[in-house]
Amino acid sequence: MEFKDYYQTLGVTREATQDEVKKAFRKLARKYHPDVSKEKDAEARMKEVNEAHAVLSDPEKRAAYDQLGQGNRAGQDFRPPPDWDSGFEFSGRGPGDGNAADFSDFFSELFGRRGQGRAGARFEMRGEDHHAKIQLDLEDAYRGATRGISLRAPHVDEQGHVALAERTLEVKIPRGVHEGQVIRLAGQGSAGMGGGSAGDLYLEVQFKPHPRFRVEGRDVYATLSVAPWEAALGASVRATLPDGTVDVRVPEGTQTGRKLRLKGRGIPGNSPGGQSGDLYLVLEVVLPPANTPKARELYQTMARELAFDPRHAEGAKT
Amino acid sequence: MTQQLIAMLLDESRIGVDEVAGNCAVDQSWVVEYVHAGVLLENADPATDPARWAFSSRDLIRARRLRDVARQFDANPELAGLVVDLVEELDRLRVRLRREGVLLE
Repeated sequence: MEFKDYYQTLGVTREATQDEVKKAFRKLARKYHPDVSKEKDAEARMKEVNEAHAVLSDPEKRAAYDQLGQGNRAGQDFRPPPDWDSGFEFSGRGPGDGNAADFSDFFSELFGRRGQGRAGARFEMRGEDHHAKIQLDLEDAYRGATRGISLRAPHVDEQGHVALAERTLEVKIPRGVHEGQVIRLAGQGSAGMGGGSAGDLYLEVQFKPHPRFRVEGRDVYATLSVAPWEAALGASVRATLPDGTVDVRVPEGTQTGRKLRLKGRGIPGNSPGGQSGDLYLVLEVVLPPANTPKARELYQTMARELAFDPRHAEGAKT
Repeated sequence: MTQQLIAMLLDESRIGVDEVAGNCAVDQSWVVEYVHAGVLLENADPATDPARWAFSSRDLIRARRLRDVARQFDANPELAGLVVDLVEELDRLRVRLRREGVLLE
């Protein structure tokens, strides 16, 4: 287990006041806010910052950490001595802790279940809910899927040490899920204490970027390329959808950007009778290259014989 | 060891105020305060018994974001609500840009 230098994480000295700790935390919380930060590792950094703040903003935890941390450096291999925490009475999670499940082995070992045990053992307490994100393929929403997910959760060993143990779950994802929905796995959060029930695991659904399809709620968008004569004269063309292929009628006189709606062919409803999304094919007229004498001749014939000014509406004079 | 589990979509059942509080690791009174402030479960009638409120997936994610902003910046419910409104608008615009095929870095 690596020693974590929480002072270094927040960029404050060991003598920093609580006010300085709070200021440093807020500055970093803004910098690494996962919803707005442009930093590549924002989410991971935010977890480290939350963890450091959870310890340094709590006078009890900070005092215990200071006593333990003397002479240790960040990244150095570390194992706390037995009963290192005697004389400290941790009151459990403070208001700034966030989700302890996101924290490191180091935090779990020091301030995890063992740290809370003295105060908590007398009570029956339900385990903490966990929250994570799950990335699915769009096709999973159409067909349903079974996906393996790996989770890290605190585990108490025979010596009473707490470490984050990895476990794998095979999860059957129901058909009809869409981005922003949450799925619940009952009893897969933290174990309860004193006979309390386990918490639940909540997974927020996200879709992996798809090379062909874009998703908005239950509606799905795709580009459908058409030749100029298909767009001009109308045609029946084959389109590939997430759940198969379909022949669609391109209306005569179609321009790039026109949308064809395939009602009910978006992400299906969750339940029987539930409303399905629509699939929109955004038409894009693709020009054949003028890279042969024949092709050039055809373009030259059109230029000569069609009285066509594409910039007419823009008021430009040709 | 691998366990196989059947996932339940949260929107297929009613999410109660107690479950939102448990998931966010806050007291129920925190959830009630945020609903009464009009920044969570915006269509709820504050006069209704909180035990009858029903939250959606979106409300749950919103509650967690409100909690994070409130904790990290000591924001009051109205300010946390404003920040989360902006974050949600950012999400919507990103989805719209993706839909139009504009890639975001």
